[in-house]
Amino acid sequence: MTAIIKASGLGKRYRRRWALSGCTLDIPAGQVVGLVGPNGAGKTTLLHLAAGLLQPTTGTIEVLGGPPPATPAQLARVGFVAQDSPTYSALSVADHLRLGAHLNPGWDAAMASERIERLGLEPRQRAGKLSGGERAQLALTLALAKRPEVLLLDEPVASLDPLARREFLQGLMEAVADQGLSVVLSSHLVADLERVCDYLIVLIASQVQIAGPVEHLLTTHHLLTGPRRDPARLPEDQHVISARHTDRQTTLTVRTEGPILDPAWVVSPIGLEDLVLAYMSRTAATKRRPELEVQR
Amino acid sequence: MIDFHLDAHSGVAPYLQLIHQVRQALRLGLLSEGDQLPTVKDVVGLLAINPNTVLKAYRELEYEGLVAARPGVGTFVTRTLGDGSPAAIAPLRRELQRWLGKARRAGLDEESIEALMLTTFRSATEAEEDIA
Amino acid sequence: MIWLTWRQFRAQTVTAAGLLAVLAIAFAVTGPQLVHLYDTTVAPCHVQHDCPFAVGTFQSQDSFLQDLVRLVMLAAPALIGIFWGAPLIAHELEAGTQRLAWMQSVTRFRWLAVKLSLAGLASMAAAGLLSLMVTWWFSPLDRVGPGGRLDPGVFSDRGIVPVGYAAFALALGVTAGLLIHRTVPAMVVTLAVFAAVETVFALRVRFHLIPPVRLESALNMHWVTETGTGGPAGRGSFLVGITPNLPGAWLGSAKVTTAAGSTALGRTPSACGQASSYNACTAAISRMHLRQVLVYQPASRFWAFQWYETAIYFALALVLAGFCVWWVRRRVS
Repeated sequence: MTAIIKASGLGKRYRRRWALSGCTLDIPAGQVVGLVGPNGAGKTTLLHLAAGLLQPTTGTIEVLGGPPPATPAQLARVGFVAQDSPTYSALSVADHLRLGAHLNPGWDAAMASERIERLGLEPRQRAGKLSGGERAQLALTLALAKRPEVLLLDEPVASLDPLARREFLQGLMEAVADQGLSVVLSSHLVADLERVCDYLIVLIASQVQIAGPVEHLLTTHHLLTGPRRDPARLPEDQHVISARHTDRQTTLTVRTEGPILDPAWVVSPIGLEDLVLAYMSRTAATKRRPELEVQR
Repeated sequence: MIDFHLDAHSGVAPYLQLIHQVRQALRLGLLSEGDQLPTVKDVVGLLAINPNTVLKAYRELEYEGLVAARPGVGTFVTRTLGDGSPAAIAPLRRELQRWLGKARRAGLDEESIEALMLTTFRSATEAEEDIA
Repeated sequence: MIWLTWRQFRAQTVTAAGLLAVLAIAFAVTGPQLVHLYDTTVAPCHVQHDCPFAVGTFQSQDSFLQDLVRLVMLAAPALIGIFWGAPLIAHELEAGTQRLAWMQSVTRFRWLAVKLSLAGLASMAAAGLLSLMVTWWFSPLDRVGPGGRLDPGVFSDRGIVPVGYAAFALALGVTAGLLIHRTVPAMVVTLAVFAAVETVFALRVRFHLIPPVRLESALNMHWVTETGTGGPAGRGSFLVGITPNLPGAWLGSAKVTTAAGSTALGRTPSACGQASSYNACTAAISRMHLRQVLVYQPASRFWAFQWYETAIYFALALVLAGFCVWWVRRRVS
């Protein structure tokens, strides 16, 4: 199967700051991919590069086996909803659907109007008067109705209340089940992504920290507690992500492919949220950057 | 048709929770042979989880021989679980409800009732295994 | 894309059409009256020997409407640039909706090209229609006006140059919006740049578009309007001022020189000094055999100037449009 996104050494620089650097990814198709990281980590930049809205400074990126979409044929295969779900505030819901029909070659008008009806959106309502959740659903409808092969969503639920958030994800998952769509969605909250993603990319401080299927990540990362020990003395194949010490005890987050045989350690599984936090604290330790709060 | 629910904080993988709920429904007679399980689309539309999770659960159930997928139609139950027929379960449930009423009238709170039930169940199971 | 542009542009188009309609009605009501008044009072004024009076009365006819129209013609291209040009792109960039449009299988080139073309055509049509109406309505007044149609205050309001101005103002607005990303600052910049360009062009560039006519001849005594002495009394140079009567021409300069061609006329003749009489001074000047040098643009060149200026503004507009297309493909996210 073609990879959704394949990047090699991808980087983007604005003036003097690197928004993204050394990004290498190979994301298989047929997945719901979560892109998680704190604000300013480079998630929007990566999605814009994949959507063809930005040109890379260094490296290469391939989307669905070709360059990021530029021609109408390529654009028809990639859907994108930018942050805050931009819509034309002066145009009505029905106008937006007409817009989609006029501009997209593969527009599924029946699916679009059925979805709008099911969501309870009033067709004559101006988009500027819709609530945040309704606008997000409208933007999602526009992206889904052109029947793309891959859908890129930039923080789609960030500013939505819990009910709107749940409804958005329900609709999105239905579309995935229906159309066999691949999805890449970004968020700075792990909780949003845990339910829906089967592939996770952790992006912190403009670099990819770890990427892989969620199941694999959960089985290869462990929490180790035991008597106080120097992390450097662990075996080669056990990579310490974060370490915490009291005067008697050491708690480590460790990534390893093999089993942990040392009986001194109490090995516990680790949830996704704590996994991401561990990587964030590792980056913070190396860069002395204030830790960001991850909200539930 | 049964309805699924998900406990996000239980620590149990979602697909295992779905499998467990199907098995429980089979045992309690809520699902019988020939019944259709909810479609993947319906399940994800309700729970907002990845369709692959549901597919994995259904595949596992199919591997265990409990359900069978008919392409283009849906997934259907092929065999029930549990040794008690639905007819046997109803009177047992009524007896249990009566017992619970007695326990409450005797002054036991919920935790005490639960503890009593679990310890008795466990010791009885162990005793059975000893015999077996 | 055409549908979308029309839908976004609908309100502005309707407003403009409404304003044009109002003006058209005002013109339709007052225009024929002006023509009639001209025919009855100004045309035969030589016969009736009351030209100054007839012309003066005629020129003050519908003075409110005249001033209003002058204001409208002054402001129209700038307003087009500010309200049609600047928001065209800046509004989308501010709201982030360009990301919505670009991901609807529309390339950036097509997005910008369609918007720019439709807005450009609408601007030029509006400006053209406006200019047509105004030129028609003002034609009797232009015939009696003190200056000709080449006069800077009149030239910009007539003929086809407003179409060029509108195209340029629109392109300028779009460029500002594209570079600045914010509607209100883009509007301000558009206004400032447009006003500067138009002023500089009218005052400094236009006259030299066609090499002016240079007419040298003996001093026409009828055109002498003043004499004087420049510099300290008793030692200064004689000055003679003339006001040539070249109907409709655009005067660049009118100088009085000696027979040899020098502008230093020598000492003031005593007949034109403090205690002078008109006839004595006139006689004295005639004896000096002075000459006059006129540099001007004849009235017949009105349309030549119109075409040149329109072409230049239109070329500027095309350059800006080309820049915008290049910029949007390479830089904007």
